[in-house]
Amino acid sequence: MSWHTALERLDRRWIFLVMALLVAGPLIFPPGLPLHVSPPVQAFHDTIARIPNGSTILMSCDYDPSARPEMVPMTRTAFRQLLQKDCKVVITVLWNAGPGLVEATLNDIAREFPSKRYGVDWVNLGYKAGDDAVMVLMGQGIANAFPRDYRGNQTRSLPIMRDVRDYSSFPLLVSISGGFPGTKEWVQQVQSRFHLPMVAGVTAVSAPEYYPYLQSGQLRGLLGGMAGAGEYEKIRGENGAATRGMDAQSLAHVLVAVCILLGNVVQWAKRRERA
Amino acid sequence: MSLHVSTDLSVWIAALLTLFAFSFLYKDNPVYRFAEHLFVGVSAGYYIILNFWTVIVPNLWEPLVKTFAGARGSGGLPSLFQARLGDYRVFLAIPGILGLLLFTRLFGKIGWLSRWALAVIIGVYAGIRTTGTAQADFVAQVQGSLQPLWVAGNLAATLNAVVFMVGMLTSLLFFFYSREHKGTLGAISKLGVLFLMVSFGAGYGYTVMSRISLLIGRFQFLIEDWLGLR
Repeated sequence: MSWHTALERLDRRWIFLVMALLVAGPLIFPPGLPLHVSPPVQAFHDTIARIPNGSTILMSCDYDPSARPEMVPMTRTAFRQLLQKDCKVVITVLWNAGPGLVEATLNDIAREFPSKRYGVDWVNLGYKAGDDAVMVLMGQGIANAFPRDYRGNQTRSLPIMRDVRDYSSFPLLVSISGGFPGTKEWVQQVQSRFHLPMVAGVTAVSAPEYYPYLQSGQLRGLLGGMAGAGEYEKIRGENGAATRGMDAQSLAHVLVAVCILLGNVVQWAKRRERA
Repeated sequence: MSLHVSTDLSVWIAALLTLFAFSFLYKDNPVYRFAEHLFVGVSAGYYIILNFWTVIVPNLWEPLVKTFAGARGSGGLPSLFQARLGDYRVFLAIPGILGLLLFTRLFGKIGWLSRWALAVIIGVYAGIRTTGTAQADFVAQVQGSLQPLWVAGNLAATLNAVVFMVGMLTSLLFFFYSREHKGTLGAISKLGVLFLMVSFGAGYGYTVMSRISLLIGRFQFLIEDWLGLR
């Protein structure tokens, strides 16, 4: 049996095993590969840094546990940066499996700031069905779309909501999005209609879709996948889950590239043999 | 480096279900199917309960109950039939009835009634999406594409603008099918294909990153949260 036939017939489970070792190894023994900050990530950070301290910010966490490794690190770092700036943060969720995960993530970060109180400095308005329609409705009044928060409180009774009417109450929208509905819909329904400045953190698989928005200025900054989250953590001087995962990410990509190269070499060798 | 295995039962359940799911990579087996079916059942139940308590109750049931109980709107006015946003209105009965009409599909002869609700849903969403797409993806993108080809004192920006413009025009002309792609149009189309292939390659790379991220997330959970390896 020729070498290329052996490669062609290789049981794919060997590739799974090598991939598992390449991912697990760096998580246990991190080699500390370099990570460079790209301009879209720097812009994401700088846009938040430039808003006046104490502003009220709208943050939409539109994802569910399936996007947890990419979305949660972004949420943690962005929420932490906002609380450090003494911003008041109003959080919404447009994915039905997301509120529990988002609540746990926010609580985890809020515990780092003992002086920050729920309902005063931040509020999780929870999930609302309706996708784009919810975004449009929020333009007529945030409390109309979310009569109760995630914890069951009357939204209008919360101190943080006293000065919040509609999108004009916010100087910035931070969209952390795992797909539909998410950043694209926020750009279409809110940024373009209400001219609310926006930054976004998105899954890697959807990131190419959002670069046109970044280039046109509709987005002020963009985090793309785990790499974007890792770069953001680097700017903030944090060693979060995304940073810890980037070594494994890099090595896994090398394996995928090697597999693609080998696949092409095998096809080339077969064609040559036939000829 | 030492092990600090979690004593949290929920972590153990999550870890075992993760391993059950991973077992499919070896071959299909009963423990994988158990995890799969459990996930589908739990998800369906969770979504129903979540939507009932976060959508039906606060947005429909409570306002209607207060309306028919004679509660007054936020402006101190009698609430029935007064269309001011933010107050409790009987008009909410209309979406409520339309929602119920969706269930008529379960009853053969009157199933056609569900089309009324679907017509409203499709009409509203078509309207919302059309205007949003036109504003954000058409007008704003055309504006964003109109860049100066010469940026004084910045050669990199100039080069970037030229490459962008060539890429945009050749890619657009690739999708011009009213003439056979021969001669000049053929050459331009081939250049456009090159730009499209670069974008497909970037898309593929990002897709790989996303999928690997999911694997990393599960491995982080198993190594850090479950085994407590540190």
